[in-house]
Amino acid sequence: MSDRAYWPEGVERCSMGKFLAWLGVISIFLAWGGYGAYKILGTGIGVTGLDNYFGFGLWITFDLAVIALGAGAFFSGFLRYIMRVDDLKNVINLAVIVGFLCYSGAMMILVLDIGQPLRAWFGYWHPNVHSMLTEVIFCITCYCTVLIIEYVPLILENRKINENRFCHHLAHNFHVYMPLFAGIGTFLSFFHQGSLGGMYGVLFGRPFVFREGFFIWPWTFFLFISSAIACGPAFTMLCATLMETITGRKLLGYETKKLMGKISGLLLCFYMFFKLVDTYAWAKGILPGMGLTFDQMYNSEYGYGTIWLWGELLIGGLVPAVMLILPNVRNTPALLYTAAILAGVGVTINRFVFTVQALAIPVMPFDRWTTYIPNWAEWCTSLMIVAYGFFIMSLSYRYLPIFPQEVELNK
Amino acid sequence: MQAHNFKVKWGMVIDLDKCTGCGACSVACRAENNLPPEVDAGNKLRTADWMNIYELSNGKPFPEHEVAYLPRPCMQCGKPSCSTVCPVVATTKDEEGGIVSQVYPRCIGCRYCMAACPYHARYFNWFDPIWPEGMEKTLTPYVSARPRGVVEKCTFCHHRFNAAKEQARINGEDPTALPEDAYIPACAEICPTGAIKFGDLNNAEHEVSKIAASDNAFRLLAKLGTDPQVYYYSKREWVRKLGDNYLKNAKGEDHV
Repeated sequence: MSDRAYWPEGVERCSMGKFLAWLGVISIFLAWGGYGAYKILGTGIGVTGLDNYFGFGLWITFDLAVIALGAGAFFSGFLRYIMRVDDLKNVINLAVIVGFLCYSGAMMILVLDIGQPLRAWFGYWHPNVHSMLTEVIFCITCYCTVLIIEYVPLILENRKINENRFCHHLAHNFHVYMPLFAGIGTFLSFFHQGSLGGMYGVLFGRPFVFREGFFIWPWTFFLFISSAIACGPAFTMLCATLMETITGRKLLGYETKKLMGKISGLLLCFYMFFKLVDTYAWAKGILPGMGLTFDQMYNSEYGYGTIWLWGELLIGGLVPAVMLILPNVRNTPALLYTAAILAGVGVTINRFVFTVQALAIPVMPFDRWTTYIPNWAEWCTSLMIVAYGFFIMSLSYRYLPIFPQEVELNK
Repeated sequence: MQAHNFKVKWGMVIDLDKCTGCGACSVACRAENNLPPEVDAGNKLRTADWMNIYELSNGKPFPEHEVAYLPRPCMQCGKPSCSTVCPVVATTKDEEGGIVSQVYPRCIGCRYCMAACPYHARYFNWFDPIWPEGMEKTLTPYVSARPRGVVEKCTFCHHRFNAAKEQARINGEDPTALPEDAYIPACAEICPTGAIKFGDLNNAEHEVSKIAASDNAFRLLAKLGTDPQVYYYSKREWVRKLGDNYLKNAKGEDHV
């Protein structure tokens, strides 16, 4: 049995048996995560490693990290459709799918994370306009819808589906209006990334994350946006490279990859400058104002040492920023990919410390440091989302014309 | 969000020199507010104690060693860090009296308020509550039991406030001007040493407002700008010093 008729024109794919075996491996993780989700939804979040000190843990860290890394979708869309950077046309389809997977995956995690998932719509029904989380709820749901709208025309371009006259014209019309959706998506995701940062910056009871800012937005609002748009393109490029490694086929021209690296590098330099200024101002201004010192914010005994800070700022920040703006580094694939990985690690550490370390630090002088270790229920459900991403991406790669350069690059 | 100015501001003063750490306040609170028996109380970061008791130490060796016990209810902050962040208005500070509410049927269980509260005064229902057979008869009928997946916290026994207002109406009195002992939370009522005082902080006649004005009174983490309605009292300086964070050789200023 062959499904060749459904493949994009002129490309080669592995055999059906091999593909099904691959999906079978992915399904193991889906099943494990499904079991975890069943236990969580059936008996309560108590089956996780979360507690009253760590109301946020692996799930929120995972959410924030994938949403930051998925920023390649909105920013590539912005550059491609609004700024008219035509070279990105080769990667825009992939960016949209990666963004969709990241956002939809984050929403699935949130279904597990909130204690009353059936009340999730209360964010619209009883919105607190003063809460950054309300803005998050608005933006994540609206932008996920926009990503679905951006993903649909890609599905309609499947060779068989596109033979249908209605689907063909629908896909065409979607493409015509894509700059509009790219614009809406840019606006929504911009605020979404920002409000995630703002969520932490407004917590004046948590010295580790509290920041002053501009008007109603703490500095973290802007830092989260800039770190996300810096790492997003690099992550999208890494996804293409990972797909090339798995499939053994060339999918994206190296020139486009270099361009993505260059965009990430420039934005990372911009972000790192302000991040370092922010860190200095926090240590010298905000903390002493609360009667605290920089040293009190770190404790290696409990797993929250300064290693995270240097890992984020140096290894995952300055090093990839410098590497990505150097043309010689970008011309060497191994170095380009290494720098992109480091940038992703840096932004993930940032989201981790803002989410978890902030809660581990004792604020009351007589309180104590606490440690959080996620358990199997959190890991398996997080891995389930990763597996979901692999599953959808595998189907998309096999049946949809994601990479315009694929035929030419593999001649 | 602007802080409300209330005519009546219910507040508590806890005399830490009188508190023996007996835990009666905590027990009374549990019984009064329908906190279910803990199935596994091994992990103290999972147990719910609206009135949690911390042990303070002066850190000195014997014979100078001293301890104090600090019961910690919800601070009912004047500028709450929790209610401003709640995405669904499930916790508010908008009722006369200044008690921070918690609307269980509206809470979506996102736990953002827990992350916001530096006092750890908020608790999540990790599982559905279970009362062993027969114990359901001990439930307080005026306090709703909470399902799993929502956040809860001390409400200064708000149902007693409602009852006091109702009684005032029945008596033909003004429910907005309750006498000092008309409304008292369970913890203050049961405290055997009288360490917990309760009343209107805005009423100069009430004992709490007099003690709160004392030089020996302090509030927890006042520098953060939360403006708590719970005061502590101690004549011992080391105890008062543990109420906030101080830099060595410098006096930190209010930041917020």
